[in-house]
Amino acid sequence: MSFGPMFLLATMEGLVMAAVLALTALGLSLVFGVMRIVNVAHGEMFMLGAVLAWAISTAFAGHPSIGFVAALLVAPLVVGGVAMLSERLVLRQLNYDPEATIVATIGLLYIIQQLALTFYGADARPVQAPFNVRVQLPWFGYSGYKLFVIFAAIVLMLATWFVLTRTKIGLIMRATQYDRETALAFGIPVDRVYAGVFALGAMLAATAAVLVVPIQQAHYLMGRDPLLLSFIVVIIGGLGSLRGTIIAALLIGLSDGIISTLYFSPTLAKMLATLLVAMVLVFRPQGLFGTVAK
Amino acid sequence: MTMPRSTRKDIFLHLAVIAVLLAANYVLPEYHRSVFSRVLVLAVFAMGYNLLFGYTGLLSLGHAMFFAAGMYGAGLPIYHLGWNVPVSFASGIVSGALLALVIGLLALRTTGVAFMIVTMMFAQVGYLTSLFFTTWTRGEEGLVLTPAMRTLDLGGTAISLSEPSLRYLIGWALFSIVLLLSLWLVRSPFGRTLVAIRENEERMRMLGYDTFRAKLSAVVLSGTFCAGAGAAYGILFGYVGSGFASIQYSILPLLWVLAGGAATTLGPLIGTFFMFYIIDYTSGLTSAYLLLVGVALILLILFFPKGLLGTIRERWAKWLP
Repeated sequence: MSFGPMFLLATMEGLVMAAVLALTALGLSLVFGVMRIVNVAHGEMFMLGAVLAWAISTAFAGHPSIGFVAALLVAPLVVGGVAMLSERLVLRQLNYDPEATIVATIGLLYIIQQLALTFYGADARPVQAPFNVRVQLPWFGYSGYKLFVIFAAIVLMLATWFVLTRTKIGLIMRATQYDRETALAFGIPVDRVYAGVFALGAMLAATAAVLVVPIQQAHYLMGRDPLLLSFIVVIIGGLGSLRGTIIAALLIGLSDGIISTLYFSPTLAKMLATLLVAMVLVFRPQGLFGTVAK
Repeated sequence: MTMPRSTRKDIFLHLAVIAVLLAANYVLPEYHRSVFSRVLVLAVFAMGYNLLFGYTGLLSLGHAMFFAAGMYGAGLPIYHLGWNVPVSFASGIVSGALLALVIGLLALRTTGVAFMIVTMMFAQVGYLTSLFFTTWTRGEEGLVLTPAMRTLDLGGTAISLSEPSLRYLIGWALFSIVLLLSLWLVRSPFGRTLVAIRENEERMRMLGYDTFRAKLSAVVLSGTFCAGAGAAYGILFGYVGSGFASIQYSILPLLWVLAGGAATTLGPLIGTFFMFYIIDYTSGLTSAYLLLVGVALILLILFFPKGLLGTIRERWAKWLP
């Protein structure tokens, strides 16, 4: 293939990747922004979503789209439930101490991963795409489903943005983020807001995972890369800044897609990207788009 | 000069622990002796971690890189250049110390959660580096150091380090040195400075202490101890692999220290023993030992944030260092 079509293909792959990444990272960013904690088990919420999507879609006979729609509705709800349960049972008891929370969510990561290995197994399993359409681009036909993933991610992000900025729930969340004590004094049930936000963050990751399984198979270790990449996105975008998160996801997803399709070995690309991000955190802790914390 | 009573008591306690561990070499059945020798070396890793996490209050999620730096710093020259054991052990320690200095200079610009993430990312870079140079490290598969490479040349007679009793004694010696060194460190003015920084860094700075310098020294010391453990582990047990650089080996010392009691000198040893045997025991019953690590982490942080020895110190023995 010559450079033109190759570059278009790489850009398309990068866009799909960026879409999924933006959704996952949005969940992590939301949790960090409002609750000021880092959920290390976020990648496992993603994995759990994917594994559940496989389980649900195989439970439905008939056209693959029935199973897929069921998975898209049920998997995030189940994952949200798991997240809420762990929030109530563990994180709340720790009083959301940032460091203790990290240790506890590392524990959660191991538990979920091991349970997935025990009950789901070590195999990677595919989920059928709900529809099979090819869209003709200038040089080649491209999977219509992948375009749908990009579209769905944009819709979900717009919805999140709308909820955050235009509804009362969003106002309550932002108030909690801005000043926890004052919010409490104004009668906002901060406690319940935290549980909701934690569940919502996990649900965003799970939704991203359901969207991605028809492209990438479900596997019990698939949570690692999304976790690391989400970290990278959230840090580059500025911890807790939603706009920064989305811009950074585009940046990282696109460059990752383009780099890995066109040039370097993936290990070297990952190595340099991780090092670069660590340096950003060291020399510009507020991220590239964030503002200095108050 | 007379020592305060509690100092005499705790020196006695530490010497007694060291003596019991020495005696263990001669009474333990073979299987447990081999487990003990691993635990002693890993306890050094935990003690190094404890110096930073327990005493200085800096939670790193990347100590696998120091352990692995020691391991590769010692293992690669043995394997590829045919260096002898003492020189490569020293080269492992120096590699770890240098890495810790560089990482400390960079990572200490951040605090709290950012420090945790930055150390984790640097360790991830280290892990990927060991995979990238797979021509020399053979990646996940790792390098096996044959017994012939691991012999100590003592004035003409070659002694093999794969001999169980000698291996135990070397692990014990390393452990004892690091334990006494830690005890001396935490009792010294420098150790007290670290604890004070953990409690209130602002105030220490206001009092005129160079807190950055103290923290950097703590990172370098901690990294050096961990590198020593890594180098010894590679040399004594004859295997050097990328697995030891992975995130899991950054979490394990945290788990050991939490279990035994952060900021106690003997806690790391107790925690390492405890977790090692629990995992050893349950891996006979189920392959799902990671589940246990996860549950242990959550239960410890929820109900025993001070660990076994920390709880004992709080309730009964205030004098424990």
